[in-house]
Parts: sequence; structure tokens; C-alpha cells
Amino acid sequence: MTMTRRDFTRLGLGAAAVAATGLGLAPRPAEAAGTVEEAIAAFTGGAETTEGGIDLGAPEIAENGNTVPIEVAAEGAAAIMLLASGNPSPGVATFRFGKLAAASAASTRIRLAQTQDIVAVAEMKDGSFRKVSRTVKVTIGGCGG
Amino acid sequence: MAKVKPRVKVPRKAEVGEVITIKTLISHPMESGQRKDKKTGELIPRQIINRFVASFEGETVFEAAVEPAVSANPYFSFDMTVPGPGTLAFEWHDDDGSVYAQEKKIKIG
Repeated sequence: MTMTRRDFTRLGLGAAAVAATGLGLAPRPAEAAGTVEEAIAAFTGGAETTEGGIDLGAPEIAENGNTVPIEVAAEGAAAIMLLASGNPSPGVATFRFGKLAAASAASTRIRLAQTQDIVAVAEMKDGSFRKVSRTVKVTIGGCGG
Repeated sequence: MAKVKPRVKVPRKAEVGEVITIKTLISHPMESGQRKDKKTGELIPRQIINRFVASFEGETVFEAAVEPAVSANPYFSFDMTVPGPGTLAFEWHDDDGSVYAQEKKIKIG
């Protein structure tokens, strides 16, 4: 196969994208948790997490990674952290619920750079932790270029 | 930067003990700090809403610590049990230090 000029440009762009994500683009100290595991450990303080017990609503296929609607609910949770394993930085948002919150549930819209697993970790009122994850297929990534 | 405009949807009236859904949206680019300026090739500095708090009569109902992975024009919705009449206050904290605020009164009846 001969390499056309167009192919070459595409290769170059791809390599640049890989380099950019590889370097992690120096996250700020506040979000220094580099991996999903580190972020979970920072949230739980190293406590064990049990699987399940959280409703994580996310589309199976997200056409536009710039706004992916996410719903999360965990009965009896004091806080829920959302993580995106395939983004340049895994942190998405952490929700805390006060006494007046009718349910430990919230929804928002998030950015996903590529097809990946979304992880939700809930801190229950009794101090235990729960975790679920879901795969979301992303057609067009949402982290700019 | 484009004008930041908070929008909140709260029922005006509710019964005591009623569960209401609160929807909030603020127009904000949520510049992630990952994007590059197409002309200069330089990174556009991060500027996002990093914290959102909703409180009823001074008591926090819902709070979100926000990372750049939340979409532009961040949207949050959550449920609240109405304890009585009062004011819901919403605050969005920007990376640049500004705080955008909005208030909604809830009547009983």
C-alpha cells in the first residue's frame, strides 16, 4: 500500500493525540489522583468497596462524548463519586447529600474522551463503600483536540 | 468570556414533606485545560465551575465537587424534601474565584 499525503497527516495527528494523553498534561494538584484506583483509594481512605447497590444510569452508546447524561442513585449514600476511567484525568464529580436531600440521587452531563468504563463509588451513611461500573461506548470523543 | 447565566427550576409552591426535583443549569464554557488554541497551538488555561452548592435556609441540601470532565453548561438535578417555606440558595464557584448565585423562594400551599 502506498502512503498518501492524507494518510500521513492522519498518522501524525494520531501520534500527537497519543503523546498528549500519555503525558497527562500535568493535572493540577487538587486532582492529582492519577488513576481510577488512586482516586477510589483517596475517596474511601483505603476501605474495602463492595460491588453493587448503586444505580448508575448511562447510555450504552453516547454519540457525542461532549455531553453524556449520567444518573446516579444509591439509597442511604452520604456521597457519591463519579469517575471516568478513560479520560485524561479520571475525576468527574463528587456529590454530597445533606439531610434535606430526598434521595441520594443526582444527574448531570459529563465529557467522555473515548469508549470507557464509568465508575461510581458511594460512601454510605454507615461508613461502608459501594462501587459499580458501566461501559459507555463513545462515537465522538469529548475532550477537544 | 461569554456571560455566565445561572438558571434554576424549582416549583414555587409545595406541600410540607413533599419531594421536589430541582434542576439547575449555568451557562459556562467549562474550559477543561486540555484543549489547544487552534491558531497558536498553546493550551487554553483551565477555567471551570469547580463547586456547586444548593442550600435551603442555610442548610446544605446538595453539593458537588466538579472536575473538568463535567460538560460545558453544567447541569445538575437532585431531589429535596420540603421542610417548610423558605429560600433555596444556589452557588456556583468559578476557578477564577467568582461566585455566581441564584435564589428561589418556596411557598407552602
